[in-house]
Amino acid sequence: MLTAIIALAGLALIAGFGLALAARAFAVKVDPKVEEIEEALPGANCGACGFPGCSELARRIAEGKAGVDACPVGGGAVAQQVARIMGIEYEGGGVRKVALVLCNGDDQVARKRFFYNGVYDCTSAAMLFGGDKACSYGCLGLRTCAGICPFGAIEMLPSGLARVDPEKCTGCTTCVGACPKGIIKMVPYERTVHILCSSHDKGGKVRRYCQVGCIGCQRCVKEAPEGAIVMEDNLAVVNYEAEIPALVAGVCPMNTIHAGGADIPDERHAVGGEG
Amino acid sequence: MAYGAFAGGVHPAYNKELADRRAIEEMPLPEQLVVYFTQNLGAPPEPIVKKGDTVRKGQVIAEAKAFVSAPVHAPTSGTVKSIDMFPHPVGTDMPAAVIEPDGEDAWAEGCNVERNTDSLGPDEIKKLVQGGGLVGMGGATFPTHVKLSPPEHKKINILIVNGAECEPFLTADHRLMVERADEIIEGAALFARVLGVERVVVSIEKNKPDAIETMRSRSADRKGFSVAAVNVLYPQGAEKQLIYSITHRKVPTGGLPMDAGVLVQNVGTCFAAYEAVRFGRPLIQRVVTVTGSGVAEPKNILARIGASFEDLVRFCGGISGDTGKVISGGPMMGVAQYSLGASVTKGTSGVVFLRRDEIPQYVNDPCIRCGKCVTACPMRLNPSALSIFAERMAFDKTDEFNVLDCIECGCCAYVCPSRRPLVHHFRRAKAEVRKKAKRAG
Amino acid sequence: MEEKAPETKPEGKQPTEKKPEVGPRFLVSSSPHMHGGQAVGDIMRLVIYALVPVTLFSVFVFGLAAVRVIVISVVSAVIFELLWQRIAKRRVAVRDCSAVLTGLLLALNLPATSPWWMILVGTFFAIVIAKQIYGGLGYNPFNPALVGRVVLLISFPVQMTARWVTPSKWGMSAVTTATPLSRMRESLLSQGRIDLHLSQREWIDLLIGNRAGCLGEVSVVLLVLGGIFLIAKKVISWHTPASYILTVWALTGIFHLADPTRYANPSFHVITGGLFIGALFMATDYVTSPITPRGMLIFGFGCGVITVVIRLFGAYPEGVSFAILLMNATTPLIDRYTKPAVFGAVKKKAAA
Repeated sequence: MLTAIIALAGLALIAGFGLALAARAFAVKVDPKVEEIEEALPGANCGACGFPGCSELARRIAEGKAGVDACPVGGGAVAQQVARIMGIEYEGGGVRKVALVLCNGDDQVARKRFFYNGVYDCTSAAMLFGGDKACSYGCLGLRTCAGICPFGAIEMLPSGLARVDPEKCTGCTTCVGACPKGIIKMVPYERTVHILCSSHDKGGKVRRYCQVGCIGCQRCVKEAPEGAIVMEDNLAVVNYEAEIPALVAGVCPMNTIHAGGADIPDERHAVGGEG
Repeated sequence: MAYGAFAGGVHPAYNKELADRRAIEEMPLPEQLVVYFTQNLGAPPEPIVKKGDTVRKGQVIAEAKAFVSAPVHAPTSGTVKSIDMFPHPVGTDMPAAVIEPDGEDAWAEGCNVERNTDSLGPDEIKKLVQGGGLVGMGGATFPTHVKLSPPEHKKINILIVNGAECEPFLTADHRLMVERADEIIEGAALFARVLGVERVVVSIEKNKPDAIETMRSRSADRKGFSVAAVNVLYPQGAEKQLIYSITHRKVPTGGLPMDAGVLVQNVGTCFAAYEAVRFGRPLIQRVVTVTGSGVAEPKNILARIGASFEDLVRFCGGISGDTGKVISGGPMMGVAQYSLGASVTKGTSGVVFLRRDEIPQYVNDPCIRCGKCVTACPMRLNPSALSIFAERMAFDKTDEFNVLDCIECGCCAYVCPSRRPLVHHFRRAKAEVRKKAKRAG
Repeated sequence: MEEKAPETKPEGKQPTEKKPEVGPRFLVSSSPHMHGGQAVGDIMRLVIYALVPVTLFSVFVFGLAAVRVIVISVVSAVIFELLWQRIAKRRVAVRDCSAVLTGLLLALNLPATSPWWMILVGTFFAIVIAKQIYGGLGYNPFNPALVGRVVLLISFPVQMTARWVTPSKWGMSAVTTATPLSRMRESLLSQGRIDLHLSQREWIDLLIGNRAGCLGEVSVVLLVLGGIFLIAKKVISWHTPASYILTVWALTGIFHLADPTRYANPSFHVITGGLFIGALFMATDYVTSPITPRGMLIFGFGCGVITVVIRLFGAYPEGVSFAILLMNATTPLIDRYTKPAVFGAVKKKAAA
């Protein structure tokens, strides 16, 4: 027994030394900046920057082939940090943007045309008459965006809607392209008033399809400052360039407008139970 | 001769007895007809009517601008009440003209005139077929005149008249062969004349002995005609499989039947060709099998294009309350409808109503790799691997595993013990692969 | 028909009641809309039926000891599966009988003298480590029952390989003996030559299973019966077992011809040990073996080669379990290179 222990321990020691020596002898020279930058990057390897992975972006930045703000996920803070490592002055930082699902029509308020049975994926579901929702602009709730989000920032409510957590969202825009309905938009993190509907259908149709859809009555357009909410083909759309007072939400007869920030309170969904 | 030798395939419950003895009945004109402007595979034709126009029976309401396209005609005389989006049986909403019949059912000028077909040359016949808006009536709706125009160097020497009707439940082609054998044979002879084909094989699955008998006796004195009784095996009626069964020729992947020197025409298309060429009647009606356990009286109906499924149901005595699925086409390849609001198109061979307790439900369980799909696949693909790749969104891999060769016959999903939605996966994968190919240019 | 039901309420007076028009009525899914009706559980049950004769025979031969092993193994396998699916909040799928089958297969691969705790370790590794950790049925890369067996073989060699009881006159006997394969190996090691002269009676004993060995591996005749049942029911195809058994027979035959004093008769190799249960019931496991016929042939061939190499040159007298597990690892590769040729595939033309 003792011999075995000694032999194994000896082997381990020799191997350890061997490895340590090899690491010294065959070390690859890496610009220390690359490692530092990589440290500063979010490290999710989401690919939103256009390069395969964070280490590749770090190398490009260190070589000067990419800007210090090339990481859309990290935003201003990371850009500042990277700029410091590179010894460059970084101004601005832009507005932090987060994803928002512009639909609030969950299973309790939005009508369904049929029972769907098939691949659990929105894009596949959309191949059959555009999905089971009567509203052709509605969230299908089959977690395609939640599944693709590299940061786990999208959760599926039990009532059948996708909801982005603005705290976790890094603005990488992966979900925007993945949604077959194209109803995920990037909005400024700071902004609080949102119109949670994407339907361009006429008011009567919307009423039939969904209890919280925009019917295009334009009351909010009149209530809000000039140009802050604009009509686009039967749909009121927030112009995020302008400020909108939270009061505007009160005039919406369909409760489509939310004024609680991107983090939308979820009272109705909480009672929803299994969807 | 050994027929029916393709590998793979399944034996679903055929349920043809529901309607195969029911003679074709002509349905009275409904209150309104919803005629989709797009009823063919290929380029959509352009609408040339607007709200308020009066049309006459057989008048063109959508013009084919491209070669791979077929015009659409008014199925009766009346007024265009509106033009709006309607659920198309293929699975999307599409624009259609709502025509309110005036009750006259009066033909437009130039239509419904009998013509001596003996003197017509190939090009004249082709022109009449094209003008009649003919498409493949088995369900694929590929414009017929395109199939009749092979490039110079492709020599076609066999015409297969497809009366296999391998889809369960459907009996429209069966009844047509029993009741209109002469017209089908005449139509097939016209196609043969266009292409200069000497050999015409009418292929019918062995489960339709009366159709085989009728077609045999009526075509006995015709030179070059023969009737092949093929094995009952789904998908016997799929073009590539049928060609192999009859001729032992394989259509190369990505190719067309003409690459194997064969032209395949559905019996319904042959009938429509005879009507169009001989009498100048464009394709404005077809035989639709309305069947399934959910419908009171299964029937084979001669219905106008544009008659809604609701009208069909009413003509068949209604559907039972526990009807859970409405399928346009057969249950193996047809498209499930969400309402009865869709209307008959040129490709609607049947409407099947299934009760809730008969509908299989798909689940997204993992593949256990039992290989039953590999055995069943008539295209010799590996559906198991394809579905796993599609699930992981590895669409490049699905391309590598030839997903584009999938004919969506449904054999794999039919046998899958895990009840995976295999065909659904492949339709998605095909769409993604095509999208990528398009982007690549 | 009642789609367009009375939705003609006068406009204007609209109280708070918001009624969605009409609920969904029909089910929409992709084609096909029919199914053959066979479910995973049906297949698993067929395999279990195929194992019934072998199981009964083992009880007949080894008596209550066999019942004990089988019951402990099957019950613990089902319980582990149930517990895990509850804990991991997965859909409880005990009804598909796959855990029962795994437990049964493991039991049939154990000696009748196995202590209860060892069986529990085996089923734990089979169900939890080899199957559920990977995501459950369908995702496991290795045959669960075999993983269980091999873990036991390595961890408890004495209990697994040295305590055989020989069935004598259809009753349980306490005589400790060795399996034919290990007896042969011992004589080869001690005397440098095999001492194998079997009378006709002894051959028959080997075939019907009157010999020492694991519960399920002894009766070749009944195993073949079960295998034929499965092939007839189209649960498994003949490719893997045929290629496996033939490879073993051919390879050992070559060695036998080269030196009959050191290498046993190929027929002896084929009917002893766990070859038949392995080839018919383990190497044909859906999840862990290739899916294409060509792949199955390659898989069986690989299993055969490894089995023979272990039996003739390895440290263990038996190599079926190791062979199949090793080949399990190559399954994805084999599948990749044995893509079936698409119907109508055009042969690639030589580059012009």
